[in-house]
Amino acid sequence: MQTHNAKRVEIIIEAPLEGRLTKALRDSGVTGYTVLPVRGGSGRSGAWTRSGQVSTAGGMVAVVCLIRPDRLDTLLNAAFAVVEPHIGVVSITDAQVLRAERF
Amino acid sequence: MTDILSLAVDNLISPIILSFVLGLSAAFMRSDLTIPEAVAKGMSIYLLFAIGFKGGAGVAAHGVDLRLVLTLMAGLVLSFGLPLIAFQLLRVLTRFSDIDRAAVAAHYGSISIVTFVAATSVLSERGIASEGYMVAVAAIMEAPAIMSALWLLSRSGSTARADGALYREILTNGSIVLLVGAFLIGIVTGEEGLAKISSFIVAPFQGVLCLFLLDMGLVAGRGLRESRGALGGGAILFGVLMPPVGAACGLVIALLIGLSAGGAALLMTLAASASYIAVPAAMRVALPQANPSIYLTLSLGVTFPFNLTIGIPLYAALATQFVGG
Repeated sequence: MQTHNAKRVEIIIEAPLEGRLTKALRDSGVTGYTVLPVRGGSGRSGAWTRSGQVSTAGGMVAVVCLIRPDRLDTLLNAAFAVVEPHIGVVSITDAQVLRAERF
Repeated sequence: MTDILSLAVDNLISPIILSFVLGLSAAFMRSDLTIPEAVAKGMSIYLLFAIGFKGGAGVAAHGVDLRLVLTLMAGLVLSFGLPLIAFQLLRVLTRFSDIDRAAVAAHYGSISIVTFVAATSVLSERGIASEGYMVAVAAIMEAPAIMSALWLLSRSGSTARADGALYREILTNGSIVLLVGAFLIGIVTGEEGLAKISSFIVAPFQGVLCLFLLDMGLVAGRGLRESRGALGGGAILFGVLMPPVGAACGLVIALLIGLSAGGAALLMTLAASASYIAVPAAMRVALPQANPSIYLTLSLGVTFPFNLTIGIPLYAALATQFVGG
């Protein structure tokens, strides 16, 4: 099976910022991403769980996108402008994808 | 005084308060009891629709008068003004930074719709009538406090990340749209419309509110457990002192406008309550440096239980005493 190099960017960010982040990604030319709910976790701001929140305001979401390696910098610049002052994690991993024309 | 105490005791052993206490206790016992998120969301939609519709039907029955306009303006004044008092009170009682103080102040100028719903339930149990348009006052008091808090912050030299998109999100927040929308449907369809769906929005109301407050108890208890140590004694004192201060402002304004005892109690409740849904989301966007453990724990873990158990019966008793009825 033919596979192609790609970058997998995972951004875990505060739920109220989801719309702003996905808009920034679209504006930077990202054609696809997946938003996943986050059940809980722990970090510099302390532990939290989804069940300890009365609304989405205190929760987090994970935005995952797979892109061609040459588009990584554009995506990171767009994402950083939104994520920078907020609680969250940005990670990048090497990935292999099928059907490269889709990314 | 005896009346106030008896009202407070009656309130404490009502199903809605005991349901809240059950949720709180389950959270403190680390029980795995949970209300599924979708069920909690469904119940909150039901409660907002029911309370909005009943308020609108009440306005349709009694007509629109100058007092409605005055009460809406009073709501705006309270929501803009209360953060200024909260900000100063926090300066005296705590060592929070200006940013944290402004974020907390925004919460206390805005309102908790669940506290409002619980207050309407207590009033209707006691046969105390209130103006239907208080629902619209609740909706109008959601947002102005955020602007006051950001203005307070700008005076102290800090900047916030507030833009047009943020204000649009606040004003078109799902809770406000549903509450105001149901209120307008209630006005248009009136008592006749209410009669058609009363078996759905009137009879089951108390039962749904019990389950919703059970969930709120669980959330508040878990929030308190997770944020242990986030608040000092001064902050906790603020959390129980600010509601009566806000309620006193509400009472003075209610007396000036000439609201009924029920209307006065509801305006006091609105002024005494603190937001934990709309404002926290706005604060995460506008003031990301503010510590959410402080403002969420204060509004949800300290002020909400205080208002639910002691505040509401106190405000109802004071309103009845000062307004009569």
